[in-house]
Amino acid sequence: MSELTAQEETTPIKMRVRETVILRVVGKALVPFILLFALYVQFHGDYGPGGGFQAGVIFAAGLILHALIFGLDELRTAIPLVVVEIGIALGALLYGGVGVASMLLGSEFLDYGVLDGHDPAHGQHLGILLVELGVGITVTFVMVAIFYAFAGRSRQ
Amino acid sequence: MTDAVTVHHAATEALSFRDHLPALQVLLPLMGAPLCFLLRKAALVSFFTVAISFACLAISLTLLGQTMGGEILIYEFGSWPRPFGIEYRVDITNSFVLVVISLVAAVVFAAGPGQARRSIPVGREYLFYSAALLCLTGLLGVTITGDVFNVFVFMEISSLSSYILIALGRERRALMAAFTYLIMGTIGATFLLIGIGLMYQMTGTLNMVDMAVRLQAVSDTRTILVAVAFVIVGISTKLAVFPLHQWLPNAYSEAPPIVSAFLAATATKVAYYLLLRFTLGLFGAALIFDQIGIDILLMPLSVLAMFVGSIAAIYQTDFKRILAYSSIAQIGYMTLGLSLATEAGVAAGLIHLFNHALMKGGLFMVAACVMWRMGSTHIDVMRGLGQRMPITMAAFVAAGLALVGVPGTAGFVSKWALVTAALENEAFFIAFLIMASSVLAVVYIWRLVEIVYFSEPETDFEVKEAPLRMLIPTWTLAGMTIWFGLFSGFSVEVAEAAAKQLFVGLAGAGA
Amino acid sequence: MDLLNHLSTHWNYLGCITLMMIGLYIAISRGNLVKKIMGVNIFQASVILLYVSMGKVKGGTAPILIDGRSDVIFSNPVPHVLMLTAIVVGVASTALGLALVVRIKEAYGTVEEDEIVALDRAEERRALATEGVESTDVQGGGGKA
Repeated sequence: MSELTAQEETTPIKMRVRETVILRVVGKALVPFILLFALYVQFHGDYGPGGGFQAGVIFAAGLILHALIFGLDELRTAIPLVVVEIGIALGALLYGGVGVASMLLGSEFLDYGVLDGHDPAHGQHLGILLVELGVGITVTFVMVAIFYAFAGRSRQ
Repeated sequence: MTDAVTVHHAATEALSFRDHLPALQVLLPLMGAPLCFLLRKAALVSFFTVAISFACLAISLTLLGQTMGGEILIYEFGSWPRPFGIEYRVDITNSFVLVVISLVAAVVFAAGPGQARRSIPVGREYLFYSAALLCLTGLLGVTITGDVFNVFVFMEISSLSSYILIALGRERRALMAAFTYLIMGTIGATFLLIGIGLMYQMTGTLNMVDMAVRLQAVSDTRTILVAVAFVIVGISTKLAVFPLHQWLPNAYSEAPPIVSAFLAATATKVAYYLLLRFTLGLFGAALIFDQIGIDILLMPLSVLAMFVGSIAAIYQTDFKRILAYSSIAQIGYMTLGLSLATEAGVAAGLIHLFNHALMKGGLFMVAACVMWRMGSTHIDVMRGLGQRMPITMAAFVAAGLALVGVPGTAGFVSKWALVTAALENEAFFIAFLIMASSVLAVVYIWRLVEIVYFSEPETDFEVKEAPLRMLIPTWTLAGMTIWFGLFSGFSVEVAEAAAKQLFVGLAGAGA
Repeated sequence: MDLLNHLSTHWNYLGCITLMMIGLYIAISRGNLVKKIMGVNIFQASVILLYVSMGKVKGGTAPILIDGRSDVIFSNPVPHVLMLTAIVVGVASTALGLALVVRIKEAYGTVEEDEIVALDRAEERRALATEGVESTDVQGGGGKA
């Protein structure tokens, strides 16, 4: 882009954002609430609007906001790429694991009703909770992985 | 409702391992993909992937055995009764396609990433296998599912992972090829999605059988006509039917040859199956052929594809590009089978689906061997390879002869079936065109044979035979093109039964 | 008049088709790869609109059970759920597309399609030229000659 000014080319964006006090303070205050809200959406999702997908995106948005303000490296030290990759896999496996568990209990894949021996409603509650948790974990880490992949590539 | 068809519902109480097979067919590779992330070690992941693909092959063969007699297996996810939940529905048609996919996957994955290894950072080979397993999941899922929206989801799973695999090609052109495929593929899938949406609007259901039954009452509305158009154009983009084939030559020739071997043998085949499933199964032969007249549109396009693909293949200077253009021609044969609008025609298309998967898979594996030893597949580097890589090149000749349609090879069986079907329709001119286009195949295959056996090598450095790990898969596929040429009973029998079932339509077969 | 009447009651389709055409046109006509992806995105968004407006029932509310009331009209939630999946698919293909664009930019130094095609053509010509003069260094102009 030709609109890039000389000043922008000399100072990386990361540095300029870091110098802005307002952003740092607001960011620092906001991030915990964003993460908390994500957890609310996550665990409220089984019987109301919400769920793992939305929660995962909100959670990842909180993490990405942190990285945007305080730099990618800080987030990288907190959540290394290996952890992200394993997280992606574990979330998906948790989802699949619930399905396989219901298969082992003698019903179809993802039939939550059999997860609790006494009351199918309890089984359904447990099943949807675990499945949404799996979705939430995978979505969070996938979003972070996408962010790492784009932000981590050096600008030429 | 016909009495001849028995539908086997998985019982609600105490399911046995056998009842779970339709679900496991897709679940194994689906769960295998994240497990690759955890295993990480290249050798371990490679073994694991091959093990899973062989397990898939075993499952699909069992499913084919179970459905051979016209039985239909139903698997209802989460015990939600149809038509509310998602069901997998296995009949002889899709179990046949499942066998093709998992067979090619098992054989090709055993060869490892081949030349693609150079495009993958050291220590991250598991990403390749993960993408390969996801691609397999998508292809199997599209084939096995009995839910139209599920088709879209699985199609995108397979497409997205195939874009990744294609982008691993050696040249930077691979990136552009993957990108073009991504744009075309996404637009195609979205077209399918629009069609599905319009169908849902008119029927209020997503279950294929239920939808097929309800479509009969509304089949003359304008909405359904628009839906048919969107669905057919969407699938044709994925299938690379003649005017929509632009993405294919670049994608298949720039991708790592192992990936081309897998995709060329499976992805377009699944799209062809989907075309049959939607046109004959969902819309029904009456709407498609009598009311709309798809056959009138499809026939000239197929013939054009046969000639344009073959003629373009003659002028290429790269082995993989020749194969890619020849794929367009071969897809033309398959769609020609559908456009004949008879059981014999569709059966011929299905036989060709099976045979072409074997021979194109084999030929691309040969390309992979050449790439591995020579670092290129330009026809100049193939000069005199007949003496230097005799075993690989013998496989090339076997699969190449099948592509031409020489008697005794699988290609002859499908072309014979196609010509017979055309003659049955009294389409003598079409039968003549099929033979004429075969002559073009002789031209481009013979040109290569001449280069490989009757010219002196350009370079004088030592060239060894391809490693055993790649030779065995190559010869497995090439050997099968001969085997199924000599003993065509299996493929012909299954394809004819499948075509018969397809013409009954889902509305008729339902229960 | 009849057509106008028809359009006034089916204005959601009008919006959907407009978006669809805009998206498709951008995807086909623009040479910039990022713009192409955005075009496909708009195209996908139009389909989401098609589905979601399809699920709306006149006077219907969110499909959540209300105790003791059986006369409530609900909107159809199925299209919404389907679109949730379609959005995920859309996000995935956009991310992958943009990732490819990043790699293309690194490999070619541009994201304009015509420039990339020109670079590919030049590369092909160079390959042909090297073939013709047998291993002479074309770029450097030196070599055996």
